[in-house]
Amino acid sequence: MIRIITKTEPSPMRENLMRIAAVAIALAASAVIMALIGYNPFDVYAKMVQGSLATAYRFRETMNKTIPLVVLSLGIAVAFKMKFWNIGAEGQLYLGAFGATFVALNFGYLPAVLLLPLMFFAGFLCGGFWAFIPAVLKARLGASETLVTLMLNYVALKWIAYLQYGPWKDPAANGFPKIATFEKNAILPSVFGVHIGWIVALVLVVVMYILLRKTKLGYEIAVLGESEATARYAGISVSRVTFIAIMISGGLCGAAGMMQASAIEHSLSEQLSGGLGNTAIITTWLARLSPPAIVVVSFLFSLLLQGGSFLQTSMKIPATVADILQGIIIFFVLGSEFFIRYRFVWTSRKNKGEAAE
Amino acid sequence: MNAFVEALALFMQTAVQMGTHILLATLGGILCEKVGNINLGIEGMMLLGASVGFSAALATANPAAAVLAAGLAGAAGAFLYAVVAVTLRGNQVVTGLVLTIFGTGVSGFIGNRLSGKAIPQEVLAAFAPVKIPVLRDIPVLGKMLFEQSLYVHASLALAVLIFVYFRHTYSGLNARAVGENPGAADASGINVDLCKYVHICLGGFLCGIGGAWLSLVFVPRWQENITAGAGWIAVALIIFSTWNPVKAVFAAYTFGALKGVGFKFQNIDASLFGRKITFAPQILDMIPYVATIIVLIFIARRKKKEYQSPKGLGTPYFREER
Repeated sequence: MIRIITKTEPSPMRENLMRIAAVAIALAASAVIMALIGYNPFDVYAKMVQGSLATAYRFRETMNKTIPLVVLSLGIAVAFKMKFWNIGAEGQLYLGAFGATFVALNFGYLPAVLLLPLMFFAGFLCGGFWAFIPAVLKARLGASETLVTLMLNYVALKWIAYLQYGPWKDPAANGFPKIATFEKNAILPSVFGVHIGWIVALVLVVVMYILLRKTKLGYEIAVLGESEATARYAGISVSRVTFIAIMISGGLCGAAGMMQASAIEHSLSEQLSGGLGNTAIITTWLARLSPPAIVVVSFLFSLLLQGGSFLQTSMKIPATVADILQGIIIFFVLGSEFFIRYRFVWTSRKNKGEAAE
Repeated sequence: MNAFVEALALFMQTAVQMGTHILLATLGGILCEKVGNINLGIEGMMLLGASVGFSAALATANPAAAVLAAGLAGAAGAFLYAVVAVTLRGNQVVTGLVLTIFGTGVSGFIGNRLSGKAIPQEVLAAFAPVKIPVLRDIPVLGKMLFEQSLYVHASLALAVLIFVYFRHTYSGLNARAVGENPGAADASGINVDLCKYVHICLGGFLCGIGGAWLSLVFVPRWQENITAGAGWIAVALIIFSTWNPVKAVFAAYTFGALKGVGFKFQNIDASLFGRKITFAPQILDMIPYVATIIVLIFIARRKKKEYQSPKGLGTPYFREER
């Protein structure tokens, strides 16, 4: 008989090795599938690495995906730590971009030193506001935050589409439905070839690491995540901590939206996110909510995304291959958790009989 | 007045058509949640069904084969979910989300070759509205229920069937026991994992054919992301219908109607207090999602016992940890 036993003390080293092994097996399994449908897997993987790292331009594209993924994941991590399942990063990103664009279009005359921080602040505030709605609905009325945040994603997207096709349509675009391109001073500058968001992202990683691990608020968030009853018993104001943490969570997602609008799109459009908000949920989870790990995982995922879009141009393979690969890898990593938490023990028939008595 | 009845009848007919895929997906989700598993992969399974069903229709020109293929594609997605979430005790929320991403990816990959292609005539004809004589002349309801595709009738029959199954059959009651208290079900000799697998996969099958309703009958062309979030609405409607398949019918058609309202109002210029109001289509598109949120709030306020979710929902069952 095989019995399954809970491991008492899984070492972090072993855990990480198991996860890396899971990713490797997933890549191997994907290779088999590719071969079956008629692609040379080595060729595909080589092209993906090439497409994401080989030239300065492609590396920049990869970084352009890493930056928002890191910031979004940090935001999601705060909420997840509290077991508040905020899957509305996508919507919060759009609202943040909306706030930033509002500032950029209306106060474009300000110098960049003033305008950019103002845009960042507006993005943070709007993203935070969008996350605040499900937080209030959960805390006061008990509505499931998972579904509310999800529905708000669609509402946010429709709102941006409304602006793009309606009141914010650029009259200078000859009837083409697009929002006006930002003035130069509303665009984030580059440092070493990549927009300054990478520095902001790294600073945020440090800030969030300290916040989650070393501050009272971080501790309160963690306790609340473990058990609401314990938190109450310990005298933590549950709704206060929830609201602050959620404002930070949505605010960071909104800040990511500001950066995308300012540095990448130079405008706002309904295509701004490209699904990054949903990918970030997965990177957050894979990184076990740890800020330093988020950086690593986000970078690896950007390789996958950028490599996938390169495949489309170079091998005429649809970029959705990246989604498929993501799916397979995470299925395997999810599965590996089982082997991290439990171990198998062989017991002889006789032992089993004794155990039953 | 007659014109109004006519318009209402047409509106109701459209509402049913715009709710049929949501109904099938909600039913699929109910099957899954009744055995204690939240599956956020509904959207992914619908897309799998929509794209595979469309491909099968092109390849075989056989309506039954197309629907079967769509269902199996959905079930295959559900099977993946079950392996991770049931056997390997993975986090159900994350597993479901990944299934959606995966399904979207696969459907995009398959769909890449499908855009611009047309469904064969044989398939279209098989699912064309059937006009049932006499009954279809009932005002409003006639057009709504008796001038519809067989697909609609099949989905209604499934709703009743699942309702009866969970109330009045042994295996249905066993399945509910698994969802409520897997430990007790296990002790009474029910094979918990097997029961979960069967219902999750059947649920996936229904989600798959739900997606195929769009690609084979309602649209019927291939569009990237053809479900446009219907799977997520289904997730909310499972709760809205309090896990009751018959209520799911009303819930799905109400949402179909809400979508329909969005379409209809685009062309109307109303005036209010002398000011002209036009309805922007994007704002009207928000209605189903906002309505879902309002519904969620109402559900949360409910305290009655029979309206609550299955007790074991969301927690993996592990005999060794009992």
